[in-house]
Amino acid sequence: MSKKEQLISELKLIIRPYVQDEFAFENLNEDTDFIADLKINSANLVDVILDIEDKYDIVLDNESMDKMLNVKAAMEVINTKVSEK
Amino acid sequence: MERRVVITGLGVVSPNGVGIDNFTTAIKNGTSGVEFYNELKELNFSCCIGGIPKVSEVLKRNYFTELQLRNFNSSGILYGCMAGMDAWKDAGLSITESSDKDSGTIFGAGTSGVEKFREAIYKLDAKNVRRLGSTVVAQTMASGVSAYLGGILGLGNQVTTNSSACATGTEAILMGFDRIKAGRAKRMVVGSTSDHGAYLWGGFDAMHVLTYKHNESPKTGSRPMSATASGFVPGSGAGAMVIESLESAQERGATIYAEILGGDTNSGGQRNQGTMTAPSSEAVQRCIKNAVAHSNIKPKEIDVINGHLTATTKDYLEIYNWSKALGLKGIDFPYINSLKSMVGHCLSAAGSIECVASVLQLHHNFIFPNINCEDMNKEIVSLISEQKVPQVLIEKEVNIVAKASFGFGDVNACVIFKKFKA
Repeated sequence: MSKKEQLISELKLIIRPYVQDEFAFENLNEDTDFIADLKINSANLVDVILDIEDKYDIVLDNESMDKMLNVKAAMEVINTKVSEK
Repeated sequence: MERRVVITGLGVVSPNGVGIDNFTTAIKNGTSGVEFYNELKELNFSCCIGGIPKVSEVLKRNYFTELQLRNFNSSGILYGCMAGMDAWKDAGLSITESSDKDSGTIFGAGTSGVEKFREAIYKLDAKNVRRLGSTVVAQTMASGVSAYLGGILGLGNQVTTNSSACATGTEAILMGFDRIKAGRAKRMVVGSTSDHGAYLWGGFDAMHVLTYKHNESPKTGSRPMSATASGFVPGSGAGAMVIESLESAQERGATIYAEILGGDTNSGGQRNQGTMTAPSSEAVQRCIKNAVAHSNIKPKEIDVINGHLTATTKDYLEIYNWSKALGLKGIDFPYINSLKSMVGHCLSAAGSIECVASVLQLHHNFIFPNINCEDMNKEIVSLISEQKVPQVLIEKEVNIVAKASFGFGDVNACVIFKKFKA
């Protein structure tokens, strides 16, 4: 499994509890949007971000949080923050 | 013709029984739900006993999704939604995709999510406000229970929470009744809930209004009308009913448990012996009298009074007020009972759980026993006949039950239920 695939599968585990659209979840890819595709309640995005912080032991600033609206952006933010550790 | 309002669904989450069937069996048998809690002892409480409904993790999942239960820590919202959803189902109503504009809820609470609030305060004081998560507001806002329940059931009429201390549940029923009478809703889920545990009960323990004499004998700790009543036992849980216009109930062919004839809510204004914590007798009597007049019945038609009767030395005063207000004493006084002998004082949930018990007595024709008053208070016996305070189950036709609740702030609520007759 490539590093990218590994990260996507980890992300899937994290967002699993919040997903309201099973079909979109099964077909999740980099372009999948958390709200438009997975139908995650916008209030729950905050919880997704806290779970990501716990998983990777990182702290996301407000600007990074605002950007994390889809899988691709989330992966970029995680990679950046992990590399800064 | 004026609209009549009937009860078509019941739900309850009580320390001595979760669900209507378990609760009915428990109150007929005089089963106590009061237990010793080591957590209270560890925290140096004087009163280490209380009433907490038994809700397993498995049972929770019959009502809530995994997502709803994520970071969820509000016992009051849990109990309230369970009771409300049970009442809805019991009324034969289903949960639909679209919202129901004819149905609403008035679901009372005294506090919401005190344990969740505690969690949040610890995080916040550690300068970690950003890590509170998304549900602190929904779980700790006063209207949390009605907001959760309204969403689960898809209620499109009024969705609100009332709060009037220990009168909350009885008041909620009367508020829903008024709304249906006024033709502004066809049906309302009415009820109330209370969080459980140390962070809610601590204030009462500090006031020395809880009994500290029964930590070794929890089941005999709650002693309304007893000569050895020594303070109340804190409880928790929720009660709920679906009430609706008679027309709507008959159109649906719903089971009708009882009719709500009327009632009254008032306050003594904390004047004339009324204070923040003690009721004004004038206002209590006025509330009962108004409820009887509003219901267009005569006092002697009342078969059973389900009292507030918390198990303090003031129980006598409540009986005195009933006796004065109704003009009945001795053997002419109605039967009277207090559910608190079995479940403790469920605070903001007390009125609704006790109203559910009142309606069950009407529907199934019984009068539940008072436990723990084998040594009746002599002042009470001087006012009313001892046989009017049943200590064993009585099975007999019951047509009218009067229920009153009194709360901090010198507030009162009294409702009159009657067996439904077309």
